[in-house]
Amino acid sequence: MKIVIIDYDAGNTQSVQFALERMGKSAIITSDKEDILCADKVIFPGVGQAKAAMDSLKKYDLDILIPQLQQGVLGICLGMQLLCENTEEGNIKGLGVFENNISIIPEGNIVPHTGWNQISGTKNPLFEGIKENEFMYFVHSYYANLSSCTIATTHYHEPFSAALQKDNFFGCQFHPEKSGEPGQKILQNFLNM
Amino acid sequence: MLGKRIIACLDIQNGRTVKGIQFSNIIDAGDPVELADNYSKLGIDELIFLDITASCEHRELRYELIRNIAKRINIPFTVGGGISSVNDVRNLLNAGADKVTINSAALDRPDLINELSEKFGNQCIVIAIDAKLEDGIWQVYKYGGKKKTDWELMDWAIEVQQRGAGEIMFTSMNNDGEKNGFSIPALIELKASLSIPIIASGGAGNINHFEQVFKESNVDAALAASIFHFKEVSIQKLKEQLYNNGIPIRL
Repeated sequence: MKIVIIDYDAGNTQSVQFALERMGKSAIITSDKEDILCADKVIFPGVGQAKAAMDSLKKYDLDILIPQLQQGVLGICLGMQLLCENTEEGNIKGLGVFENNISIIPEGNIVPHTGWNQISGTKNPLFEGIKENEFMYFVHSYYANLSSCTIATTHYHEPFSAALQKDNFFGCQFHPEKSGEPGQKILQNFLNM
Repeated sequence: MLGKRIIACLDIQNGRTVKGIQFSNIIDAGDPVELADNYSKLGIDELIFLDITASCEHRELRYELIRNIAKRINIPFTVGGGISSVNDVRNLLNAGADKVTINSAALDRPDLINELSEKFGNQCIVIAIDAKLEDGIWQVYKYGGKKKTDWELMDWAIEVQQRGAGEIMFTSMNNDGEKNGFSIPALIELKASLSIPIIASGGAGNINHFEQVFKESNVDAALAASIFHFKEVSIQKLKEQLYNNGIPIRL
């Protein structure tokens, strides 16, 4: 199986690669369009600021390529948010795969939302073997609202989308690569699909 | 529900875990990668590695150590010690660190916080603050507690939040190593003044100290080192007691 981790200067690509290596899988970190197109699975990580990340994607022409991918794609954290309709962070348009909008966690809450929080409503095959209300590691200041794409929710200031799915696209707001054994199980489920 | 975090801190010197009492009297506490892996299996929520030997010659060795930790550990970890530039941070994040913690370099040049936050996002910038209560004033220190600064704790904490810190790790130098509990009044004031997460550090000696700090100051995380390294407090028992007493915690 060929696994590709998209490198666009805005991701914790190394952490994702190490997580896959712990599972006995090798993955290549690349921004090469041919490599991405012919991969069996594509992981789209992301940390930092949305505007800078989107500018980087455009620099590599990946903003056009990613929404057209036919194989399994997993967006993580900012990667997931960039796959949404639009984001309040820098007021930019997203890649439009998921119909969700990204908003800032309102004042009066501790921001960033940092630490282990529970996910619920986990019926999707991505969560096979994951118990209801399992803890996952989050660190983010913006969140995705609930929509028909929502496949797991987490409660912070209000319930928000912890994970999304549309067709072959998946997204996790939390970091499966940093969420211990349950996180590893989610990565494994994604690769098994 | 968001769990309160229990963090183990590993001070690293020449590739080994060490522990000092009130910033001196260093003793050996084991191999950092093995300790980290063990803590992760026992259910620790997060790890912090502070390289107290940090110097130019050690930098390459440190990246190697961080890579080895990142390969083994599947929970978040933070790296600190002698970080003073955007380039240092980029190399540490590329080696697999999730966050970095900065102390003296931020006091020497506060603009560093803005630069790092703009470049990498505030979620990976933890500002460590060491302070000592002197004549009723919490005075901020730098260089591992060796040099007093002109900053008072609350002023500096608000300043670093405004400049883009994503988290503050506050160590009370009065409490550190004493095992008499965390400095609750200062933590209550930090929680009241700031909107970023606060990590309590310095003073944990038993399980009740953790329960007290979460109940009385509502901090987001509590950190300890030697009591975990020398198995004086069991991480599992600690988390169970917190859970049984109504504190949100990941078991």
